[in-house]
Amino acid sequence: MKAFAELLGRLVLTPQRNAKIRLLADYFRSAPDPSRGYALAAIAGTLSLNTVKPALIRDLLLERMDEVLFHYSYDYVGDLAETVSLAWEPREGVVPEDIPLGEVVERLQKAGRSEVRSLVRDMLDRLDTAGRFAFLKLVTGGLRIGVSARLAKQALADMGSKDIGEIETLWHGLSPPYLPLFLWLSGEAEMPLLTTPAVFHSVMLATPIGEGDLEGLDPAAFAAEWKWDGIRVQLANIGGVRRLYSRSGDEISGAFPEIIEAADIAGVIDGELLVGGTMRTNRATATFGDLQQRLNRKTVTRKLLEDYPAFIRGYDILFSGERDMRPEPFHARREALSILVDAASAQHFDLSPLVPFSTWEELDRLRSDPPDPVIEGIMLKRLDSPYLAGRMKGPWFKWKRAPFNIDAVLMYAQRGHGKRSSYYSDFTFGVWTESEGGTALVPVGKAYFGFTDAELEVLDRYVRDNTVERFGPVRAVRAEPDAGFVVEVAFEGLNRSTRHKSGVAMRFPRIARLRQDKLPREADRLETLQAMIGMKG
Amino acid sequence: MRMKPQALLYPAPKGLYCEKGNFYIDPVQPVERALITHGHSDHARAGHGRVLATRETLDIMRIRYGDGFCDESNVARLGETIAINGVRVCFHPAGHVLGSAQISVEAGGTRIVVSGDYKRRPDATCMAFEPVACDVFITEATFGLPVFHHPDDKGEIARLLASLKQFPERAHVVGAYALGKAQRVIALLRQQGYDEPIHIHGALAKLCEYYQSQGIDLGELRPATLEREARQDFAGSIVLGPPSAFADRWARRFADPVAVFASGWMLIRQRAKQRGVELPLVISDHCDWAELTGTIRDIAPAEVWVTHGREEALVRWCELQGIPARPLHLVGYDDEGE
Repeated sequence: MKAFAELLGRLVLTPQRNAKIRLLADYFRSAPDPSRGYALAAIAGTLSLNTVKPALIRDLLLERMDEVLFHYSYDYVGDLAETVSLAWEPREGVVPEDIPLGEVVERLQKAGRSEVRSLVRDMLDRLDTAGRFAFLKLVTGGLRIGVSARLAKQALADMGSKDIGEIETLWHGLSPPYLPLFLWLSGEAEMPLLTTPAVFHSVMLATPIGEGDLEGLDPAAFAAEWKWDGIRVQLANIGGVRRLYSRSGDEISGAFPEIIEAADIAGVIDGELLVGGTMRTNRATATFGDLQQRLNRKTVTRKLLEDYPAFIRGYDILFSGERDMRPEPFHARREALSILVDAASAQHFDLSPLVPFSTWEELDRLRSDPPDPVIEGIMLKRLDSPYLAGRMKGPWFKWKRAPFNIDAVLMYAQRGHGKRSSYYSDFTFGVWTESEGGTALVPVGKAYFGFTDAELEVLDRYVRDNTVERFGPVRAVRAEPDAGFVVEVAFEGLNRSTRHKSGVAMRFPRIARLRQDKLPREADRLETLQAMIGMKG
Repeated sequence: MRMKPQALLYPAPKGLYCEKGNFYIDPVQPVERALITHGHSDHARAGHGRVLATRETLDIMRIRYGDGFCDESNVARLGETIAINGVRVCFHPAGHVLGSAQISVEAGGTRIVVSGDYKRRPDATCMAFEPVACDVFITEATFGLPVFHHPDDKGEIARLLASLKQFPERAHVVGAYALGKAQRVIALLRQQGYDEPIHIHGALAKLCEYYQSQGIDLGELRPATLEREARQDFAGSIVLGPPSAFADRWARRFADPVAVFASGWMLIRQRAKQRGVELPLVISDHCDWAELTGTIRDIAPAEVWVTHGREEALVRWCELQGIPARPLHLVGYDDEGE
């Protein structure tokens, strides 16, 4: 438990992705089985345990502690698990032990309902402070350490010098404590064979078109299709087992029962999950904002199913029945896909149409003025490209529509992390709106990238020299009609938001340019943004 | 009849005042006569008339404020009783930082011990706390909440050394207060066999030098300055600086730094997170909860007065034990600085 507790402690406070991966990979290398497998499960969200209510751990602490002292403590610390782990006084004569995580998990899994209370008390007595904290986070069911399943898989790939695609292919066929996986990663066994074939296969990704990329490429060697603004998914139906995965390999079948039900397609297909109507039913595709109503849910209500019906717009096929289509060229795969889509439910499946073009200039014009608001650009796919896992430059390109731009005024700044911890590099910016007291700035977003290192120096200096107020780590900077800092903010789209005071939320905002040539009074107004809602970038 | 303790020593606007002796202890404003427990700047201020403190504390005040920090300074020897206007005064080691002392004040058959800041853990850079029997014990309560249980400092240093091994391409920049904590962290690193040069921020140089002149071995220290000719980014090394330097442009010279902070506050995750600390080291120069309550049990005073920190919780604990206790509500002490 000691090593796992230390790992959690470090992960929570480590902002960089690479450093997190190293912490995880080092842990996976050195921790024994089955502890590391349960740790992996806890981090990736695949561990099922009898969870314990916060009230129980609070009660346990109050068995030994004065209630007034508890309140002072909880009030100061703010987190119940942390308060209990710190304030717990072990029974007289108990020496803290380093109980293996595997043993802790297995005891919790075996315990009956009536035994849980005394088991938790016993664990709190025997573990040390950090161990108690990790244990309480585990049993209350919320690690919240800022590590995605994908990051954990990347660490596994690093540990065994494997490709992350291989890990993702195996992932859904394995379960905690992942013994065969670790045997394979540490080179002690062959790659595990899967019993469930409806597993996730890594998706093929495109690289953005860069300056000069198109020169020297023959338009006739490529097919173009629209890039739809939904979420990329993979639908598998093999041997009657139906699964829907997000592009990172998380299973989302539960949130889209209508798709699973309609998935009479034998094989594995790749497509965009959207809401609204398919082209085959001649109804409009709804926006990403609408799709968001259906995302991040474990279950779905009847009303949501009616208001936001989901469908898949097919892009590609990996397996047709049992047959592996991935080595086939793109045009052959598309042919196979269109036959399957035609035979499937018209409400739930359609085929992403190809965009005919003969020159790059022509395609560029189409890209800047797409026929549907839910299009965010163009995809270019080599007609002879096989389906390859991951993102490599050459076979597939994405060519996005230019993003939205507005001029906004810097309002608040906060220091960054890691390399940037001495810089004010997280910026909140706002636009003008009419309020009771006259014209005022209202914050519309936050950005912490987009600028160059030299521009960051300029921004940082501005913040340090023009701070008007401090709120903990946040500095408010001077922002008046005739004195302040204007930045050009680029973003991909705009949604309505009830959470933000301005009523709008930007997608992927970044600072595109510093506009020291402009006065804050020349910055944009909220009405400009409101008019953009629903428009696509 | 014995003198009432609150007549012997009581809080006044300028600090804790002994009317009979006409002196203050750790006053927060200039006074005619001050007795100083230790050199931290919220306790030892410049501008008093006469100052009585241990030789080390006086040296530290001179380093920090210059020769004219007071009109007249007098050395208090540990364990030696001095009479000031009929009040018997004696300094005893407090184990907080080099030169730190508790001050016992006695008159009319009543003895009050002012602990100043203190700790009970072994510390190679200062003398250990000595319990002194008394009628009233005035204790600090910086970490006066039952959640504060400081772990073993060797384990914390081992975590720093482990991280150095795990991330050898990154500079480990350790925030530590300039007086006491910085030297203790260095001494702990040396005890665990770390013998690479340690780089220090300019603000630590004079005090480290002073500790070394007092026979405390800190090994090889190098300035963490940037030579124009020889640019180096301190990858793989340990750099110590005062916590305030992290928000400074100073911090930019380091290669992808791991932000480390050595403080008792680092026990609370949210504290570490707010400060952007990646590797919190729980190393404190104050007592944790068990040591505060343990010390009160050891000394068994008739009454406890509690000052700077979380007074209410410690007063509550005393009540539960049947020990009369009250908060002193002294102002002007930095109960966060550690």
